[in-house]
Amino acid sequence: MMQPISDFPLWAAIAVAVFLLLGAILTLIGTIGFLRLPSFYERLHAPTLGTSWGVGGTMVASMIFFTVGTERYVIHEILIGVFVTVTTPITFMLLARAALHRDRAEGDQQVPHKMDLGGTRDAD
Amino acid sequence: MLPFPILTFCLMIMWMLLNGFTLGHLILGSLVGFVAGWALASLRPEKPRLKKWYLLPKLAAIVIVDIVRSNFSVARLIVMGKKRPNSSGFILLPVQTENPFALAVLAVILTSTPGSAWLEYDSRNKTVLLHVLDFIDRDEWVAMIKNRYEVLLLEIFE
Repeated sequence: MMQPISDFPLWAAIAVAVFLLLGAILTLIGTIGFLRLPSFYERLHAPTLGTSWGVGGTMVASMIFFTVGTERYVIHEILIGVFVTVTTPITFMLLARAALHRDRAEGDQQVPHKMDLGGTRDAD
Repeated sequence: MLPFPILTFCLMIMWMLLNGFTLGHLILGSLVGFVAGWALASLRPEKPRLKKWYLLPKLAAIVIVDIVRSNFSVARLIVMGKKRPNSSGFILLPVQTENPFALAVLAVILTSTPGSAWLEYDSRNKTVLLHVLDFIDRDEWVAMIKNRYEVLLLEIFE
């Protein structure tokens, strides 16, 4: 059973609030970046804020809240973190390679070609 | 008996995390793990060989710290918006290993670290094309990835 919220210890309430806000703010910033960054490859980076510490912070907050609230260990949230982390690269690479293929097919000079061995920079 | 011990163990842990740590669920979870291990064995996938598995927690700790750091630096870059200098760019990273498991772990690490993105792996040239958000020095990035992750991955998997 959950204990009433008024019996919730202060340290736990603060910890839950801090992690939850951290996760939510990072996810929000990632989403704003996804909307506002100029190029596709830059936009790819932004949502990883949400899939790394966005998920992580929310996960830790949930673990503390239910572990303290129900007075037994609730840690299965960690599975969400593991599965999100392991599956993100699949969609990520699919999108990235589709974009690379399209840009190369269009002859975009900013995208490195297959055999190009130097670091190149994005033009402004 | 146990073709894939790590898979069996992980499935058992997952079963107990979801259903509770009791003796009954230990037995049920082990059963699920065994059956899944045998089912996977019939597909005959390549087996991962973990040489120095005890280095995995060290790698995990390094990665978690790096993810926290890069989360904040990327968040700062986004919040700064148009005032920041445009400093993103592509990097071609040569990789020593051809081990698919080491490459998969490296891909997960670089993808979950905001600020670096794994775009494509070229198995003929043994290079990975990366895109980084905060491009300061190409050689610095390559050296950082090699020293922090690849050295450990090589020790773990080869």
